[in-house]
Amino acid sequence: MVDVSAPGRLGGHLSVAAAARYAAPIGLVVVFIAFFIATPNFLTVGNISDLLVSAAILLVLAMGQQLVVTVAGIDLSVGSNLPWSAAVLGFAYNQGWGLAVSALLAVLAGLAVGVVNGLLVARLNMTDFIVTLGSLSVVSGITLLLTQGNTVAVNSAFLRGLALNGIGPVRWFWVVAFLVAALVGFLLFRTRTGTYLLSTGGNIDAAREAGIHVNRIRLIAYASSGLACGLASVLFVARTGGADPSLQTSLLLSSIAAVVLGGSSLFGGKASVLGSVAGAVLLQSLINGFTLLGISQYYQPIAVGGVVLGAAFISRFQK
Amino acid sequence: MTDATSNPEAAGLTATSDPPLVRITGLRKSFDAVHALRGVDLTLAAGEVTALLGDNGAGKSTLVRCLTGVHPPDAGEIRFRGQPIKLNSPDEARRLGIETVYQTLGLIEDLQVWQNLYLNRELTAGFGPFQVLDKKSMISHSKDILSRLDVDVPNVRATVRRMSGGQRQSIAIARAANWGKTLVIMDEPTAALGVRETAAVEALIRRLRDSAVTVLLISHDMAQVLRVADTAYVLRRGQTVARRVVQDTTGDELVGLITGAIEGDTHG
Repeated sequence: MVDVSAPGRLGGHLSVAAAARYAAPIGLVVVFIAFFIATPNFLTVGNISDLLVSAAILLVLAMGQQLVVTVAGIDLSVGSNLPWSAAVLGFAYNQGWGLAVSALLAVLAGLAVGVVNGLLVARLNMTDFIVTLGSLSVVSGITLLLTQGNTVAVNSAFLRGLALNGIGPVRWFWVVAFLVAALVGFLLFRTRTGTYLLSTGGNIDAAREAGIHVNRIRLIAYASSGLACGLASVLFVARTGGADPSLQTSLLLSSIAAVVLGGSSLFGGKASVLGSVAGAVLLQSLINGFTLLGISQYYQPIAVGGVVLGAAFISRFQK
Repeated sequence: MTDATSNPEAAGLTATSDPPLVRITGLRKSFDAVHALRGVDLTLAAGEVTALLGDNGAGKSTLVRCLTGVHPPDAGEIRFRGQPIKLNSPDEARRLGIETVYQTLGLIEDLQVWQNLYLNRELTAGFGPFQVLDKKSMISHSKDILSRLDVDVPNVRATVRRMSGGQRQSIAIARAANWGKTLVIMDEPTAALGVRETAAVEALIRRLRDSAVTVLLISHDMAQVLRVADTAYVLRRGQTVARRVVQDTTGDELVGLITGAIEGDTHG
């Protein structure tokens, strides 16, 4: 559609550019076919259902990361914000405050970290990378203090149901992930705030000249990522049956990788919600397939990293 | 160093009954040790094209930033329609109908043309917190805006990244003209353009004047100034040194005033 306005100018690069834009969906199909050939256990209703459930946590995290990347930022604190929010849930639940209150506190705990990140980046103009690297460490320490380093078990029938049940074949996790993705897509492409997020990431000086409150917009992005961590922590606890205080570096890397795979630019201004969704499912499929094939889990980070590096390489051709 | 004691205005050059759209007197602005503006006087008559001339570093850009609320001036006065105003943010300038086209153009490359035309002025439908972008209206109005100003952009749904330099300039000017109901400031709008594109932009400037918009034009192109401007001001080292009615001056005189080969009124 857009290519019509510049016929021939892109020439041979057209196919590479298209490949870059659709890296995640193309990769997803390739991975599905590869695992389908490799093992009969991959493309079964049960496995795909479980795969999508485990992808839901990553997907929610990736949606928060998507908003931060859109404003040309990066949120490394995801790796500790998730266990932190989970620990708050576990702590509150074991104090007997009830699940509703505990889950709400967990979401608020995640939001609080996001707001602090946002204030440091937007108001104090500190470098996003350093700010979120710092809060990754600080929040991780606070989590260890709160839990004394122990996993807190959360025995809730409701959470178990959330992880295992659904409406017919549609699992609750999918519903949550779908709603979060739909909300982020709506925010980005149907609201003024979305236009401001894209503008701030695309050209912060031009956005400021246009009168957009770029600091407020960046704050909203980081706060949303924190909120997503809080929400994901509820799924995380539901799935694992407890709050593990250890750093979730693989989820952190995967959340960034999913967004990059999806075709969003790390320089900001470009977002693709569907791409990021495909990216998240692709990364989860890799891990799932490796497990089914009995390949040592030590190879998983290598495979994930390789896919990300490949995506970064292809995105060089993206204009 | 020397004070701007004589005001070119006070030399009896103009005395219209209506207050001018903008009257700037004794404007000063320093950045640390750099005195960017050391007493600037300037009057923008309503509905005219005023050219602002000066060598690099003469203070043109700083003056524009003071006028658009980006930098609050240290001293001096800006009157808008006779009323003294203090501009503390670009928002306030915008509310007065002052729009600026910077050399950087202020376009978001990955957004589409219509999104750029409506940047921070998006039309929405719905109520309360459920405001949804009214894309349909913005797209169709964008086509109107561009065709009314005779701007040649074939597809308002293409991203700005795909536009040529002339098209980008035209989009930026069209945006400023559409929202700047009183004053449009342009910083070297044709510096990067070819001959045909320059002619199109100059025609655009004339159309703005014909629709009663006041234009402040920063340009290094004397021929262009003589073609489109009514009045020209010359800045040198942060001071106003001359005001000339374009009909009564020549390109050589203006160049002399800019370089200092001709003394100018302030020092005269």
